[in-house]
Amino acid sequence: MSYLLTATCAVPAAGAVLTAALPAGTDDGRRRVTKIVALAVSLATLALAALVAVRFEPGGARYQLTESYSWIRSFGITFSLGADGIGTVLVLLTAVLVPVVLLASWHDADPERGAGGTADPATFENRRRTQAFFALILAVEAMVLVSFLATDVFVFYVFFEAMLIPMYFLIGGFGDRAGGPESARQRSYAAVKFLLYNLLGGLVMLAAVIGLYVIAQDQGFATFDLPTLTGAVADGKLVVNPTAEKALFLGFFFAFAVKAPLWPLHTWLPNAMGESTAGTAVLITAVVDKVGTFAMLRFCLGLFPDASKTFAPAILVLSLIGIMYGALLAVGQKDIKRLIAYASISHFGFIIMGIFAMTSQGQSGATLYMVNHGISTAALMLVAGFLISRRGSRLIADYGGVQKVAPVLAGSFLIGGLATLSLPGLAPFVSEFLVLVGTFTRYPVIGIIATFGIVLAALYVLVLYQRTMTGPVKDSVRGMHDLKVRELAVVAPLVALTILLGVYPKPLTDIVNPAVDATLSQVHETDPAPAHPVAATPGGEQK
Amino acid sequence: MNPVNYLYLAGLLFTIGASGVLIRRNAIVLFMCVELMLNASNLALVTFSRLHGNLDGQIIAFFTMVVAAAEVVVGLAIIVSIFRTRHSASVDDSNLMKL
Amino acid sequence: MNSLIPLLVAAPLAGAALLLLGGRRLDRFGHWLATAFAALSFAFGLALLASMLGRETAERQVDVNLFSWIPVNGFQADVGFQLDQLSITFVLLITGVGTLIHLYSVGYMAHDERRRRFFAYLNLFLAAMLLLVLADNYLLLYVGWEGVGLASYLLIGFWQHKPSAATAAKKAFLVNRVGDMGLSIAIMLMFAEFGSFAFGPLLGSEGTAGAVGQASEGKLTAIGLMLLLAACGKSAQVPLQSWLGDAMEGPTPVSALIHAATMVTAGVYLITRSASIFNLAPDAQTTVVVVGAVTLIFGAIVGCAKDDIKKALAGSTMSQIGYMILAAGLGPIGYVYAIMHLVTHGFFKAGLFLGAGSVMHGMNDEVNMRHYGGLRKYMPVTFVTFGLGYLAIIGFPGLSGFFSKDKIIEAAFAKGGTEGWILGGVTLLGAAITAFYMTRVMLLTFFGEKRWQPDAEGHEPHPHESPSTMKIPMIVLAFGSVFAGGLFTLNSSFLHWLEPVTGHAEGDSPLSPLTVTLITTLCMVAGVAVSYLMYGRSPVPVVPPVGSALTRAARRDLLQDDFNHAVLVRPGSALAAALVYFDSRGLDGFVNGLAATIGGVSSRLRRIQNGYVRSYALSMFGGTLVLVATTLLMRSV
Repeated sequence: MSYLLTATCAVPAAGAVLTAALPAGTDDGRRRVTKIVALAVSLATLALAALVAVRFEPGGARYQLTESYSWIRSFGITFSLGADGIGTVLVLLTAVLVPVVLLASWHDADPERGAGGTADPATFENRRRTQAFFALILAVEAMVLVSFLATDVFVFYVFFEAMLIPMYFLIGGFGDRAGGPESARQRSYAAVKFLLYNLLGGLVMLAAVIGLYVIAQDQGFATFDLPTLTGAVADGKLVVNPTAEKALFLGFFFAFAVKAPLWPLHTWLPNAMGESTAGTAVLITAVVDKVGTFAMLRFCLGLFPDASKTFAPAILVLSLIGIMYGALLAVGQKDIKRLIAYASISHFGFIIMGIFAMTSQGQSGATLYMVNHGISTAALMLVAGFLISRRGSRLIADYGGVQKVAPVLAGSFLIGGLATLSLPGLAPFVSEFLVLVGTFTRYPVIGIIATFGIVLAALYVLVLYQRTMTGPVKDSVRGMHDLKVRELAVVAPLVALTILLGVYPKPLTDIVNPAVDATLSQVHETDPAPAHPVAATPGGEQK
Repeated sequence: MNPVNYLYLAGLLFTIGASGVLIRRNAIVLFMCVELMLNASNLALVTFSRLHGNLDGQIIAFFTMVVAAAEVVVGLAIIVSIFRTRHSASVDDSNLMKL
Repeated sequence: MNSLIPLLVAAPLAGAALLLLGGRRLDRFGHWLATAFAALSFAFGLALLASMLGRETAERQVDVNLFSWIPVNGFQADVGFQLDQLSITFVLLITGVGTLIHLYSVGYMAHDERRRRFFAYLNLFLAAMLLLVLADNYLLLYVGWEGVGLASYLLIGFWQHKPSAATAAKKAFLVNRVGDMGLSIAIMLMFAEFGSFAFGPLLGSEGTAGAVGQASEGKLTAIGLMLLLAACGKSAQVPLQSWLGDAMEGPTPVSALIHAATMVTAGVYLITRSASIFNLAPDAQTTVVVVGAVTLIFGAIVGCAKDDIKKALAGSTMSQIGYMILAAGLGPIGYVYAIMHLVTHGFFKAGLFLGAGSVMHGMNDEVNMRHYGGLRKYMPVTFVTFGLGYLAIIGFPGLSGFFSKDKIIEAAFAKGGTEGWILGGVTLLGAAITAFYMTRVMLLTFFGEKRWQPDAEGHEPHPHESPSTMKIPMIVLAFGSVFAGGLFTLNSSFLHWLEPVTGHAEGDSPLSPLTVTLITTLCMVAGVAVSYLMYGRSPVPVVPPVGSALTRAARRDLLQDDFNHAVLVRPGSALAAALVYFDSRGLDGFVNGLAATIGGVSSRLRRIQNGYVRSYALSMFGGTLVLVATTLLMRSV
């Protein structure tokens, strides 16, 4: 048994404790030590995650590098971890994004810069502010990583819920510069809303987890071990009666749909992303929310195959509404960060649609979409954060003509925007097209309507760009400085990944495809065959 | 003597203690009433022990006495320090944590 | 030799990347670097042409598969190129005209502080356009398709500080996105129907039938209509034409390269490339023809009314592409002539735009033709090259436009039956209107008396001839405008060249070719004459007269923007606003109301907690009593 997965999760956890314990202080030197330690820990995690991806054999077993430690023996709960293709790419995504977020949030927790603290750096709460912020981010990373790797339903549940605690403090305690006198109140509203929505989802899921255990125990499977349970379900050894299966499915799905978020359970997201710092917003939408969509694939489909198929059309309709609704609302927003939040809601619609279209293109596309959306939204949101930190306003109307004074910033923003609207050649296009194709082959009408989403995406991105970056230079942005080296170091890897994964996504698809095939075979679905199949294009030969 | 009579006595003592807790405001008196209730239950336990012919009741009575002694130590200390600062032993006057 | 094909795309792409990432260091010579990359690509194109000419007709098509792009089970998208006679024609047009326009821009953009970026975008455009015409499957074509859209967006909005330019750029991208949706759906339909979207297996090549033959006509019609939607967006055909006029906000070299010679003709390429699909879907073909015919007249009318020289030329571009789309819709009778007109149009329209740019360059960036007049003496080279382009576009016998347009009109008649007569009539009418508005442009700009006006800062214009970097491209293009058509028609060389790819059929025209040519020429002469009577004989007013209802509508692009605004924009923004309200009041209001109710209930419940120990004790005793009583009661029952 290798300890690689445990190490991957334990390093950020230990890093969080270490960062929190570093000597408090108000001088820049002490703070910088904290930041560098946190960054180093996240980079170490990235190295471990990369090692996981390298050691993972695409053609091998479903779950690899598995580890299992006894935890609560009387309920058959073990702390077991295992990487499958879908989990592996999401672990990579998380490990890549966290250092980027840390670097982007370098000054967000300095009491004199960010809102949310009083300007006096010597107060009790401000003395440990920097340590707290960086430690919380690392704690979130650790919990997200466990969630992506857990192969025990109970362990997953615990970390799925525990994640809320650091996230609550991140949203409630740290805002961006744009906050007015009202901001503290709005921020605590956003944090409480986030917590309540997700707690409610989590409680419903807890009931379903217990229900699942009771039913499984009755039939001799007193365990929370996911491979055992899904295997038993697939072999017909564990038979859940249809009504109970539907109820359990809904219990799990509700929690994931809140977290993902699926329309109409989305309203916490714009508040949370709007009020928190740009880094936290990225953490929410690019990393934490992905646990929801990931769990739909791994738990809902694997444990409740029949119920998943029963509810698939209804969920597809909800996700279709989400796509159009999120995009239309993004068009109507006045606040940059809320606009990006609604755009994310639209994208989550695509992801969920891909999952429940039950085709290999749809699900591979959805998995890639999770990764690509994470990268592209991070690029857009972080650059928006840089912009907001310069001017101290989130309102689109306060900007104009930025490209004249800060061309690199504007260019980065445009690339992030183009990725968000899924320009072919950039990574999100690959995933979005796969989702659309995958949906279309089974549900043509839904696929066609969803295609309208690409027009709306172009609309909100280009309107945002036009209003903020083009036109005559407004007085309020005059003298704004362009991206600094640290900020370029944030943007560059994201842009590079966006282009690289758009041109050559094969390394990811190679890892993802077998896992998707396994998931599909769990729900006993195969791709709809083309009416007139033609042979695959001959590879590499020349006439 | 019929051991049941001890039970009646225990019930009486318990009732007196309980009424004291409900009615009186002086912390010391309250405290004594609580002690009374504890001792009433001790008496009842010992009596049951006698009736059933085993030692369970007596053992539990010992536990109760130990706990009661510990409680007296902490409780009296609190009451004395409250009395020192507020010059009153009334329980209604200590309301710092009330909303 | 075949390894040159990827380099064709890679050269300008490398140029774009180099210029964008290189920073200020490259400001001094970046434009020459970009021009060199474009020229390099053109050289590769010539080498490939030479190699292709050296092979037998049957072996001229070359496939290069670079790598597997998106492999997901049945969904196999590769990055692969297909070079055949059709694509090499486009490659040479794109890189040839592209290099000339790079050269022209060196002079035109000499004083722009962001010149390096302009050239980076031009190179990016070349790469995307080459990818579009070289792709061997529809998905890769889609990448080029949107890539040229992006380059067009960046270049239309190049002068971003002007709100009008930024708006025009956004509009162009959005309208194109609607078209792209069509391409998207077409690819999805192909995948669902055939499990592939690569040209080879789907469309077949010479001698081998593609998979499309097995599909039902309904499916093929659907695919065809979706491809047509895409073509409408990119080629500014009705109903997605509204962006092209506004796109003239971009620098003039951009208008010449992207919005006249190359990108806007991508729709024609798409339809011609998909000939196998359209040939089996007559309903789709009819729709293509109708769209082409309507746009032909639409663009021509708009071109007649515009006083802005670039917008008048944009109307003309729309109209000429209408000719090509119409020809492509005619099926095998027309494909070759659509492409032939596309190439000759590429020469003369690019030349006309460059001429217009040269005029603007000398007139303080004035675009209103009513403020020109008498410029022929001041700009002789521009006058001659523009004049040759003018003669070519109106179809003056012997020049390029004469041959290519004449063939399309012949093909329209050859469609046969009533349809043939209607289409022939429309194309003839179009020819007459073309002659009219182009003569108008010519007369207003180069003839008559001076009507020059000082610009906004009060500078009087001092028209002068442009530098030689600008003159050379104009002269080269003028040569193309004069001789290309004749060369192509000589021995039907162009027909034999393209026939293996597109197929060709002779229709049965009710009129002999000579008759058609005569009528066409008569129409042309009539158009020129009317225009001369209106603008050549009497002085032109500086302030435009009110004009008829049609003129006023045509000045507003035949009310297309008003229509879009009323039907799409206003309801759309109202819907967005309503949804914002619904989200914060409806969904969120429900949740917040729930929270408020719970809060209210609990603040009432809190009153029970009064903080007195004895009342808690009392409730404990009460509770115990109830419990004991219940237990006893239960036992006794």
